[in-house]
Amino acid sequence: MASIDIRNVRKNFGIVSVLHGVDLSLENGEFVVLVGPSGCGKSTLLRMIAGLEEVTEGEIRIDGIRVNERAPKDRDIAMVFQSYALYPHMNVAENMSYGLRIRKAAREKITAAVSNAARKLELQPLLARRPKALSGGQRQRVAMGRAIVRQPKAFLFDEPLSNLDARLREQMRAEIKKLHRDLGATSIYVTHDQIEAMTLADRIVAMHEGVVQQVGSPLELYDRPANLFVAGFIGSPAMNFLSARYEVSGGTAGARLPDGTLIALSSDYQLEEGAAVTLGIRPEHVEMSPASESSLRATVDLIEPTGFGIILHLGLHGLPFNVFTLDRAALTAGPTVTVAFPPPHLHLFDETGKRAASLQKGTG
Amino acid sequence: MNRYSTFGTALHRLAILCYVVFALFPLFWLLKVSVTPNDLLYSEGVRMWPSRMSFEHFRFVLAHSAFPVFFRNSMIVAGATAVIVTLLASLSGYALSRFTFRGKYWLVALMLLTQMFPLVMLVAPIFKMLSPLGLTNSLTGLVVVYTAFNIPFATFLMQSFFDGIPKELEEAAKIDGATQFMAFRQIVLPLTLPGIAATLGFVFTAAWSELLFALMLISGNSAATFPVGLLTFVSKFSVDFGQMMAAGVLALIPACLFFLFIQRYLVQGLTAGAVKG
Ligand SMILES: Nc1ncnc2c1ncn2[C@@H]1O[C@H](COP(=O)(O)OP(=O)(O)OP(=O)(O)O)[C@@H](O)[C@H]1O
Ligand SMILES: [Mg+2]
Repeated sequence: MASIDIRNVRKNFGIVSVLHGVDLSLENGEFVVLVGPSGCGKSTLLRMIAGLEEVTEGEIRIDGIRVNERAPKDRDIAMVFQSYALYPHMNVAENMSYGLRIRKAAREKITAAVSNAARKLELQPLLARRPKALSGGQRQRVAMGRAIVRQPKAFLFDEPLSNLDARLREQMRAEIKKLHRDLGATSIYVTHDQIEAMTLADRIVAMHEGVVQQVGSPLELYDRPANLFVAGFIGSPAMNFLSARYEVSGGTAGARLPDGTLIALSSDYQLEEGAAVTLGIRPEHVEMSPASESSLRATVDLIEPTGFGIILHLGLHGLPFNVFTLDRAALTAGPTVTVAFPPPHLHLFDETGKRAASLQKGTG
Repeated sequence: MNRYSTFGTALHRLAILCYVVFALFPLFWLLKVSVTPNDLLYSEGVRMWPSRMSFEHFRFVLAHSAFPVFFRNSMIVAGATAVIVTLLASLSGYALSRFTFRGKYWLVALMLLTQMFPLVMLVAPIFKMLSPLGLTNSLTGLVVVYTAFNIPFATFLMQSFFDGIPKELEEAAKIDGATQFMAFRQIVLPLTLPGIAATLGFVFTAAWSELLFALMLISGNSAATFPVGLLTFVSKFSVDFGQMMAAGVLALIPACLFFLFIQRYLVQGLTAGAVKG
């Protein structure tokens, strides 16, 4: 177990710049999840930590020691690949023990470590099989087993579950969480999956185009996204955005929509009167309400029952707008509905896309 | 199985049969002539098998001709060439497949260039180069020349096999604690056995049957290889077909044994299960 420090790390592939100065610190035993759209540089960052990719600029420290120039074998880190990358000519036991064997560990120690890992991952009956005779989920578990037998300083996971079907993914997610609880190893986990990120992470790192957008606990990112990108990326279905102008009338702050409706805000913001803003609200926070002064009329385009709840695809002034509700009555919603935005759940972003700073304390 | 697919299968098999017969018939004829006694060779007309079989040609070739010497020379030359080329080609093929380095593009272009000229053009210059080095009329000289001319193609062949092995396997090995060379030897090489077998086989047969350089660089029987040796059965006035064919049949044996030996590595699917997708 170890701490990992990433300081102003940049990466160029030739003339293409992929990471533009990433800073990140992991404490001993922390589980950090990296999320971001495809191509934003998550795998590149992970591979640099593992030593598979050179660091163009900046510094990576493991346990306080600079490792930029160290070969992967000298970093004592384990990585689980998306493709599993099992050695096809070795059976499961040999796959798991390879790292220990080439480090010339004692035979009893190897046997103990392998059987220990096999028991944790329920691989005992498969130890003599070759990878080609395993199912996807079993291969995944072998890949995890290979990582844990060595008891490395840290684990790196690059979308380890993305090749599995939904049910298996759920199951493995819980297993990874259990494993982390038992081993307490410092881990960095890359995923596209919202739920994986929310459920596994101590902290989430949201990346976009090679820049870290926000670092925080899952709920921090959900409740107080730092900018439009994070607001739109975290949460499913995604947050709705409306453009508006900031107004203070009669002592209360509000956002004026283009059609003239004034949406009340729960606090004042450090914004100029009339400043262009983007108003954000999550589909699950929108209220279906009877018509009132601050409610909006929207047309119903599509109704999607998910079983658990219902997603309404609405048109609000011709723009798409989603609502998520648990109320089954929405299944029969008419051609139009009225929606209202509870002020505590509104997010306000300034012209540059940054979260607007509120003047009073509150959830806004 | 419906009628259409039965018909399709039959047609398919028939096509394969036609091809196999066409390809193997010369070999069959070789065998047939080699066991036909001289007195029946021209007297029986065209028959699929002689009425009386004899091994007199084999006996003569083995006991009274220089054939055993040719055979030994060929074994040395082809074997050494195959081993050396495969060794070098697996190293260079790995480099081309995995590393980016300055001049890589030009190196590949240069290697391709060497494959573009008819070898006949090069016989004289090569003779001129080898003769002061004392490498004409020697097996070593032949091995050097064959190695040089086989390496480019063998390199590309090996490169394509290395390209087929997921890079992540090596990366996983490196993270597990292996050096680049250990990852190559313990992970990549075992998975490239089919490629190595194919390259060995290809180079061995190429060197075994090479005639042009063997003819031009070697004079006299002591260093002659088997293809050159075959020509000794052609005398000024006649061709001793029986003996020539018997020698030919004997020459097929090592190639057959060789492929029998490597065929279990030629099977596909050695990397199955490594990566998903
Ligand atoms: N070897 C390379 N040479 C050039 N460009 C590369 C190389 N590897 C990655 N890139 C580029 O770097 C960028 C980031 O790639 P990376 O694989 O880190 O993305 P990612 O965030 O992991 O995406 P995904 O979620 O799809 O896996 C991409 O634009 C990619 O094209
Ligand atoms: Mg990736």
